Amino acid sequence: MSFTIDATACGVEAGDRHAPLIQVRALKAGYGERIILQNVDLDVFPGEVLILLGGSGCGKSTLLKQMIGLEQPLSGSVLINDRDVHAARGAERTRILHGFGVSYQTGALFGSLSVLDNVLLPLEECTDLPKPLRLRVARMKLAQVGLAGFEDHAPSELSGGMVKRAAIARAMVLDPCVLFLDEPSAGLDPVTSAELDALILDLARSLGMTFVIVTHELASVFAIADRVIMLDKSRQGIVAQGDPRTLRDHSTDPMVHDFFHRHVSGRGKGEIPEPLNREPLNPEPLNSEALNPEPLSP
Amino acid sequence: MQSELFSQVKLEEHPSTASGAFSATLTGRLDVRSTGAIWRRLRRLVGKAGTSRLRLDVSGVGYVDASGLALFVELDEELRARGGGLELVGPRAELAGSLERFQALSRGAAVPARRGGVLERIGRGAQAFWRDVRDLVGFVGLFVSGFAQAFRRPGSIRWRDFWLSCETVGANAVLIIMLIGFLMGLIISFQSAMPLRMFGAEIYVARLLGLSMIRELGPLVTAIILAGRSGASFAAELGTMKINQELDALTTMGLDPVRLLVVPRMLAAMCMTPLLTMVFIVFSLIGGAVVMFSLGYPLVSYTNQVTLSVGVGDLANGLFKSFIFSLLVGWIGCVRGLQTGQGAWAVGAATTSAVVSGIILIAVMDGIFAVLYYVFHY
Repeated sequence: MSFTIDATACGVEAGDRHAPLIQVRALKAGYGERIILQNVDLDVFPGEVLILLGGSGCGKSTLLKQMIGLEQPLSGSVLINDRDVHAARGAERTRILHGFGVSYQTGALFGSLSVLDNVLLPLEECTDLPKPLRLRVARMKLAQVGLAGFEDHAPSELSGGMVKRAAIARAMVLDPCVLFLDEPSAGLDPVTSAELDALILDLARSLGMTFVIVTHELASVFAIADRVIMLDKSRQGIVAQGDPRTLRDHSTDPMVHDFFHRHVSGRGKGEIPEPLNREPLNPEPLNSEALNPEPLSP
Repeated sequence: MQSELFSQVKLEEHPSTASGAFSATLTGRLDVRSTGAIWRRLRRLVGKAGTSRLRLDVSGVGYVDASGLALFVELDEELRARGGGLELVGPRAELAGSLERFQALSRGAAVPARRGGVLERIGRGAQAFWRDVRDLVGFVGLFVSGFAQAFRRPGSIRWRDFWLSCETVGANAVLIIMLIGFLMGLIISFQSAMPLRMFGAEIYVARLLGLSMIRELGPLVTAIILAGRSGASFAAELGTMKINQELDALTTMGLDPVRLLVVPRMLAAMCMTPLLTMVFIVFSLIGGAVVMFSLGYPLVSYTNQVTLSVGVGDLANGLFKSFIFSLLVGWIGCVRGLQTGQGAWAVGAATTSAVVSGIILIAVMDGIFAVLYYVFHY
């Protein structure tokens, strides 16, 4: 809940709103000998909803972890507000980390704390706000994600969708300029997933918050994405980016085309096989006489 | 006129107006970094001015986040309760809109739940204790049926898991058992030799040590080490399997988690603990021998005294106790693991509970043994 006149939460001047908030430059990432991503260049602009898309193992989560400074790149850099996430140390690093919020795939709520205490934790540890203000902010954030009335619940008492909402409330309690969401719709039913999409859109439009989201859900992509970044496992990097509808309808890249049209590569024209033509499960009723034969004559 | 600068925010106070309201001007950014300081400053100024009415000029405020909005709402409520209020002068349209929205959301937020009274909490505690006792009894039945099934068909026991558990419960614990046994024997002999020396009765240290280690301390200390090591490990392992739904996977495969996971672990604990107790006893006697030797007694006198005071019956008595303790420790460790709730915290709680319950059970059972042995003159 904020309003912006001269500056955004991260201190980007109004005149610089077209300047990128996050800059990924010549990023090379991997695990040991295995290279996952290389030569990745990417800009994220203030207020946009950016979605990282691609098949399993293409490096979406790796890129996300690099952007939030959780893993060190093999080479290249990630700048948030012109500050290098990986090079920063001490107070500078803490300041960068407070500038964004992250919601993990499982929610990562602390099981020993109530929902309210989970949301209060960053306020207690990272600010000098007095208790009445901390409580008011945390309760408001929970109300904002539709969890008013669940403050005293334990995370284990919440449904999957509610856990994701609580995790988003915790991620945005310090009013960061960017929210990173890892698979926010994973494991949710379509209705809950759509509700979460609506929440993300509401936060993005009303607060001007920037979102970087990793997801597989095409429905969510078309509902909320301003821009999509497509990653490919074999090419170890970005293969396409832009508006999701434009990519779906006009991309000439076979990988992008297959992904958006749910095609399986290597199957002729790429069609998913038709379901087997089975016999009806209820064939002709049995002849009742066969079941009840005439009694044997003595 | 005073002014104060907190990072990018500035608060200026003005002389009180004719209406008695205190007035101030706020400019800059009001965010989580600056709001705390501004809150304290404003309350101090209002308190010093002795008024409950505050006119705050916010026309120069460029940015307000949720904490800043909370400040306005909270301060207004506090001043209203004292008969005054907060008047925001010149808020920009965006601020007014955000404030309205914040207040609407705050109204939707729940009132904090009332904490139960002492009686209610005692009642809840008693209820939880009774539920726990009922669960424990239920688990006894479950374990007995699991063991019965396993012993009817010994081939159904996962012997590979049994040997693996024997290694972790037994072989890996040998070093610590040896060390603690040796040190306890050494310390007890030394501490008891000093007063006995005044009566020229140091030689009886051997009898004292032999009897106490074989009948009492050997089984007891080994079982307590087992509770801290293996009981905790059983609870953590099964608890993690439970929160990862591995136990559910076994159940839905039609497999009994008790037969598959609990029986091998408990069998290993039951086989290994008496052996570890023997190791403990031997090394405690070696510790005693070192002390006696250093006091000038030949080893043969020491061993004679030990063998004279302790019989095979005492050793059997100690090993039987040790066997029963291992049953209790293995059982409570597995039960706490299977009872684990949700989340990492629940695994920690299950592990702690396994150790605490294990030690309590050992102490209670040791008391029962003491009474039984006394009654039956054993």
